[in-house]
Amino acid sequence: MGAMRFRQAIVSALADEMRADEAVIFFGEDIASAEGPFKTSEGILEEFGPVRVRDTPISEMAFTGAAVGAAMMGLKPVVEIMFIEFLGVALDALVTEGAKMHYLSNGELSVPLTIRASVGSGLGFGSQHSQTLENWLAATPGLKVVMPSDAQSAYSLLRAAIQDPNPVVVLEPRILYAERGEVDKNIVATIGKAHLRQSGDQITIVASGQMVGIAERAIKEAGLSADLIDLQTVVPWDRETIRTSVAKTGRLIIIEEAPLSGGWGSEIISEVVRSNFSDLKSTPFRITTPDVPVPFSGDLEARFLPQVADIAANFAYALKNSDAPAPWWVEEGLSK
Amino acid sequence: MNKSTSTSLARRKELYGNDIACYQRMLEIREFERVTNELFASGSIRGTTHLAVGQEALAVGIASILKPDDVLAGTYRSHAISLALGLSSHSVLAEIMGKATGCCGGIGGSMHMCEVSVGLLPTSAIIGAGIPIAAGAALAFQVQKSDRVSVALFGDGSTNIGAFHEGLNLAAIWKLPVIFICDNNVYGEYSRIDVTTPIEDLHMRAESYAMPHFALDGMDIHAVRKGVTEAVERARSGGGPTLIEAKTYRFSGHSRADQALYRPEGELEKWLERDPILVTETNLIARKKITMEEIESMKESTAKMIAAVVEEATHDPNPELSAMFKNVYSETKGK
Repeated sequence: MGAMRFRQAIVSALADEMRADEAVIFFGEDIASAEGPFKTSEGILEEFGPVRVRDTPISEMAFTGAAVGAAMMGLKPVVEIMFIEFLGVALDALVTEGAKMHYLSNGELSVPLTIRASVGSGLGFGSQHSQTLENWLAATPGLKVVMPSDAQSAYSLLRAAIQDPNPVVVLEPRILYAERGEVDKNIVATIGKAHLRQSGDQITIVASGQMVGIAERAIKEAGLSADLIDLQTVVPWDRETIRTSVAKTGRLIIIEEAPLSGGWGSEIISEVVRSNFSDLKSTPFRITTPDVPVPFSGDLEARFLPQVADIAANFAYALKNSDAPAPWWVEEGLSK
Repeated sequence: MNKSTSTSLARRKELYGNDIACYQRMLEIREFERVTNELFASGSIRGTTHLAVGQEALAVGIASILKPDDVLAGTYRSHAISLALGLSSHSVLAEIMGKATGCCGGIGGSMHMCEVSVGLLPTSAIIGAGIPIAAGAALAFQVQKSDRVSVALFGDGSTNIGAFHEGLNLAAIWKLPVIFICDNNVYGEYSRIDVTTPIEDLHMRAESYAMPHFALDGMDIHAVRKGVTEAVERARSGGGPTLIEAKTYRFSGHSRADQALYRPEGELEKWLERDPILVTETNLIARKKITMEEIESMKESTAKMIAAVVEEATHDPNPELSAMFKNVYSETKGK
């Protein structure tokens, strides 16, 4: 055990996997000599050398595609996409090629590829550098998508992702890079398994990424006894943990950073309504960001993200009523 | 026409055929970037910023040749070209500060400037994104039988991205009225060009697309004006696209986070001798267009003007919460 920053947990996980397996190589933009724009690869070039650790040109299509090819031929590439939006130009390589190679080779080829990308709002990077975009990827069979919420999960999920024989996208909330937390290096996560962060009996709350910490504060503020489930894997998500919890609490609230429409939370609610209908004491609902691009101006960006006070009020509402509250932008008459 | 539109247009027109106004705009950009950097460093602006200190001649040179109804697709290194095209320092700084008075109402921030009245399309934070978009704007002009042209302004790093090659190829086969201007400032983010690119004369890449191409001295506004004029004339007269490589140098780091410690020793100093402000001053003095006293007084008044802009923008209102819900979809058919 030891306390380290989220970004150091990423460095540690990568270094541990590179020590354990020579097939692991790492490349991306400014990750080698400059050690990553967010310092997520400090010391990696120095320890593992330029054959395994490479700076790339600004060519996401080329290096993501190359990672797919190298993965099929026996390497285990880890690539860094500086901001998740930069994956846009490489979606073919990942979604249309990498995610389907195992299927289209009759199971003979595997793509043990890890894509790391920084995601999320809160730092004033504007609408083209602040999205989470997990939902773009979540609709692709053959891809796995994970999202750490603290230093421990950053460490454990990255190790699991690198060990996984499939393409796994690790979405790292950029705002958490500097956060400190205890890390037990003996814990390697199981992809597809959620983490029950705290236990209670009034409500089941499911969150991911930076929303986990915010949900935790909201539970405290509302003075609730809740199950807080850190989803960790967006695809394939952990049905068992959520079903078991809802069977106990009868109430389900999902908290997402992505915009309202098309989120993974809808998927979970749809499934829980099917599987646990008779357990439900109130309408399950989602707390999300509105259906707008991430605005730059400070007050707006802060309001864009679900806030502790809103979430706490929504918790209280769910306990008191059997229906779901309207989102704040509807309450305030700002949008439909 | 609202106030900011008329101001931008008037500021743009000042540049045409006026060497002194061009020089003054370069000074404004230099001072604006210096002050912006200070504001970021002191924590009074959030997010990130990408300065174009040392690249003023290119921005102003382009703006002094294009007509206001020509369009330009630029990048996140957006302040210099915005000021050159005519946006006021106030409108750009207010945007960087996230104020309601910014050119994008504070919704965009430092990387996203826009002012349609002077042809500035929303600048993109994605490498290479503007290249096919500029080609598409040119396609519209071609189909509409207009003599307007479009410009894609991008960095050296962009020439390693697919959009560059696909965009140039498309523009070449369709003979589109577009000018691709590569601002080769030697660094793509934190990496020197030789680490990421097998050639340094990037204009040569147009050979593969049978497209006219040349390099020019991006530190000399006259060289910029001459080269851009040639390419614009070709595009306007139906001669198709051109790739121009402007040799410049980024005097600052890539972004706010970057101290640029990776530069080889002496490289910056060598380029500083070719500082575009200095080059222009020397030229204007040699041609007896300006005196040292006038230069000094111009620098002083520019600094005062920018200081007043900082004061004004700092006290401007933030956007209302409702602003984030506006303009997600267009309400007007065909717009």
